[in-house]
Amino acid sequence: MMSFLSSVNPGILLVVVGLIAVLLPWQRARQFALAAAPILGLVLLVSAERGVDLASAQVLGLDLVLFRVDSLSFIFALAFLIAAFLNAIYAMHTDDALQDGMAMAYAGAGIAATLAGDLMTLFIFWEITAVSSVFLILRAGTKAAYQAAMRYLVVQVLSGVLLLNGLVYVYGAGGDLSLTAFTSFSEPGAMLIFIAFAIKAAFPFLHNWLQDAYPKATVVGAVVLSAFTTKLAVYAFARMFPGFEILIWIGAVMTVFPVFFAVIENDLRKVLSYSLNNQLGFMICAIGIGTPLAINGAAGHAFAHIIYKGLLFMSMGAVLYRVGTTKASELGGLYKSMPWTTVFCLIGAMSISAFPLFSGFVAKSMTMSAVGSGGYTVVWLMLLFASAGVLEHSGIKIPYFTFFGHDAGHRVKEAPFNMLVAMGLAAFICIAIGLPMIGGLGYGWLYSLLPCTAAAAADVCLSSGEPIKVYQPYTLDHVITQLQLLVLAILAFMTLKRFGLYPPEKPGTILDSDWIYRKPGFGLARWSAEVWTKLGPALTRLSGVLAQRTFDRLEAAFSPRGALARGGLTTTMSVWAAVLLGLVMLIMLVV
Amino acid sequence: MIDALLAMVPAVLVAHAPALLVVAPMLLAPIVAMLPNGRVAWWLTMLATGFSLLMALVLLAQVRSVEGGAILSYAMGGWAPPAGIEFRIDSLNSMVLLLVTGMGFLASVFGWTSIRAEITSAKTSMFFSAYLVCFTGLCGVAATGDAFNLFVFLEISSIATYVLVALGAGRDRRALPAASNYLLMGTIGASFFVVGVGFLYAATGTLNMAELSVRLDAVRDNKAVLAGYAFIFVGLGLKAAMFPLHQWLPNAYAYSPSFVTMFLAATATKVAIYALIRFLFTVFGLEFAFEGSSLIWILMPMGIAAMIACSFQAVFQTDIRRMLAYSSVAQVGYILLGVSLGTAAGVSAGLLHLVNHGVIKGALFMAVAGVVLVYQGTSLNDFRGLGRSAPWTMTAFGISALSLIGVPLTAGFQSKFALVTALLEQGWWWAAAAVVFSSVLAVVYMGRILEAVFFQAPINPNKRQKEAPLTILVPLWVLVAISLWIGLGGSFVIGLADGAAASLFGGGT
Repeated sequence: MMSFLSSVNPGILLVVVGLIAVLLPWQRARQFALAAAPILGLVLLVSAERGVDLASAQVLGLDLVLFRVDSLSFIFALAFLIAAFLNAIYAMHTDDALQDGMAMAYAGAGIAATLAGDLMTLFIFWEITAVSSVFLILRAGTKAAYQAAMRYLVVQVLSGVLLLNGLVYVYGAGGDLSLTAFTSFSEPGAMLIFIAFAIKAAFPFLHNWLQDAYPKATVVGAVVLSAFTTKLAVYAFARMFPGFEILIWIGAVMTVFPVFFAVIENDLRKVLSYSLNNQLGFMICAIGIGTPLAINGAAGHAFAHIIYKGLLFMSMGAVLYRVGTTKASELGGLYKSMPWTTVFCLIGAMSISAFPLFSGFVAKSMTMSAVGSGGYTVVWLMLLFASAGVLEHSGIKIPYFTFFGHDAGHRVKEAPFNMLVAMGLAAFICIAIGLPMIGGLGYGWLYSLLPCTAAAAADVCLSSGEPIKVYQPYTLDHVITQLQLLVLAILAFMTLKRFGLYPPEKPGTILDSDWIYRKPGFGLARWSAEVWTKLGPALTRLSGVLAQRTFDRLEAAFSPRGALARGGLTTTMSVWAAVLLGLVMLIMLVV
Repeated sequence: MIDALLAMVPAVLVAHAPALLVVAPMLLAPIVAMLPNGRVAWWLTMLATGFSLLMALVLLAQVRSVEGGAILSYAMGGWAPPAGIEFRIDSLNSMVLLLVTGMGFLASVFGWTSIRAEITSAKTSMFFSAYLVCFTGLCGVAATGDAFNLFVFLEISSIATYVLVALGAGRDRRALPAASNYLLMGTIGASFFVVGVGFLYAATGTLNMAELSVRLDAVRDNKAVLAGYAFIFVGLGLKAAMFPLHQWLPNAYAYSPSFVTMFLAATATKVAIYALIRFLFTVFGLEFAFEGSSLIWILMPMGIAAMIACSFQAVFQTDIRRMLAYSSVAQVGYILLGVSLGTAAGVSAGLLHLVNHGVIKGALFMAVAGVVLVYQGTSLNDFRGLGRSAPWTMTAFGISALSLIGVPLTAGFQSKFALVTALLEQGWWWAAAAVVFSSVLAVVYMGRILEAVFFQAPINPNKRQKEAPLTILVPLWVLVAISLWIGLGGSFVIGLADGAAASLFGGGT
């Protein structure tokens, strides 16, 4: 019995529970099952033996490894399981079997993909995440959500198809589908798989599906979506492409460009989506560095990020649930009505801004140190600028415009109890893994889970050839640097506020708080924002017109009344038969 | 399991299986026509098709009893080939025969309720008789080893098909122009074919296909042979609905009785493709330089054009049956693309898709027939909310739709995987890209239906909870089970396709 259990992939367990839950009509029983499943999954994961194939299957003549744990997949799977548990609690106030079940199946597919031991299994669950997650957007029920869901589905399926194509190349070249890291793009299939991952990781110019779909999802849906898809892609990059230098630059660009958009965006859930992009940039950049410290940084950041980004989406979800909007211009002063949500949101905001004592600090400083010691000065500066940007749009803008600032007069109830529980647990984790080691609590717990430790190092840690060192986040140097950044930014904000230079009604003007110490950066941000405000609608209009034209052309050709279906069928076809006959003869004679 | 069959079936049947498979339904057809009672006609039809299915299994067992696939030669009436007519069964056509008879049997099981609703009772017996004739013709095309005999069987099946399509007029008058259009086009195709066979006969003096392939070697540079090839290629291409000669198909599928659509979609074009493959690789062969160029310059572009253009057309249809019909043409494109590779892997992938698509499309049209029977409507709007009203029917439809798209663990994935592998092996990555793009279009058009079925509110809330009758559900789920079985392991069918392709390339070159 035990031996059977030890070969059950917790992700597959969650998928099965999720699918059953869709059919369970009793709300309480379903919610109990959905909260219990991640806990059971946690037990299965922790008790699983590392580094061996725990479950395998033979399908289509391929050997599939359904369950394999190593220190890299462990930390991602653990974060996913915790997120699945928190999400299940967060969703308890609703009675929506389809949404609950699909959220669990989606989480399960993400976990199963993380714990997959070969490319084919990874692909299968990769596709299941795409198909199951689309329901979370569809359930919002609006026309905009429906259209966004369809666009999202097409993009996600495209990613899967590319992965499949790459996999076929890999299979054709050597027949070995195991998850070994690529060493260069010239290997067969590497480029295709890279692009497939890039779509899911929302690389620049491949990112639009994210900001398109997440803000239109349901209250619960956005929380669930924020955890899995992109982090699965981060995991896949860490697994297959560690130390690819191009990732450093892509990551750096990813951290910087969403800052401009997040600054001027009015919908706060969309701000969070942009900031999600920015956070992914740090992880991708770290994977590009590829040293053990950097891989640790990416994994640790992903772990912390899943929790605090989930917490921020939860708090915005609570606001959306109670007030009915997350538009910055329509919110304000909610701290009076929703004090607990305010506190939790602030904890999430401080975590994402990497305040010392919070989880973001201990995770992100690993990446920053790895970049610094790698000698990438330009990249380091870009990341620093992006860090200030994070503080501005996620650390200050989100809580300030929602809970403080100009009082919009909403007098609503506090968020439902289950939401508060979920947010409280997430907030607890944010602090617990951020503190210096005091008693049993502190960052040491997170660090003991990292993929590259002396005790257990995943394969990918060894590829760079760098030794594995123990990292100390709470050195004077790290803390001071971070505090300088934060304090100056906040000071700037306060000063502007005090002297009335900070117009609260116009979200577009709370530009980067780092302008005191980096004027050029401010100017650039300001200029980009201006350009974007002017160019954005024009571009949107242009792409809309182009899409409409393309659609019209296609319809004119292919619809039931279209050009291809018109005319006397018999005549046209007889002509075609004759033409084809002539063509065949001609080609046969000539070629 | 199949081998055990040989021991159970009487020796006489085993010895004469090739002839009996075709003759049994042919002899029963006039008897069925004279029956006053439609229900008895139905029973006899099931009996005849079931018997043919048994014979097809016997043939398959015989072919597989020899390593690498036996070749069974059956001399009709004791007249030895090449002078007499020969039925010649090898790995390739034993597989096609199994598909045709299997689908024919399941179709006749499911047919009764659907036909009774769509055909007036006075015509029911005649209808079954015409169906048996059509079935006979298709089996004959697949079984015969004689080029002219193949033409005769092709015409037998086609003429019966025109009648069957026209009988859809009871439900929709547009069936009549569709049938007449099909008749004209089909006749052109058949004429092309017979002209081509005439050229070959003039050049070689034989009509036996095995003999033809031997004698053609000597007259390779003869322009008559070239002309014969061109006529046969286009003629069979038309019958197989090769783009752009597919235009008879959407109307014929959309307006004929549901039963006919289901049967034709699963078998008719498939048999024509079989005949095309037979002529391309057995009678002719890649050693004919012009064949290689016609594969690359005609068959491959037309296959890709079908995949893309007809998928687009499917996207914009509002009638489910037309949508599925256009999708059929696109799927024919996949098959022809595989064939156009001219490699064993490519033809094997094409054949696998041929079988898979027969099963999948059969299931889809069967589910549609169930809906037509219970809810009277084939437009996208009529399908709204049916996921709730008829969950069993629509789940089967959904699974088949996923299979058509090519979702992993379904039959459609198997064949597309094989096809893409074969294409990449040859370095045709652009064609592989077209396959992928066309699959995305399939997601769109099947997604439209699935979205309406499972996520929209029923258009008429009064018609709640009404499934298709059991005689439809059982064969429907049998087909779904087959397609899942192929998708989950299915080494049996893959083995059949590989064996068939190997027999073409092992013997031919």
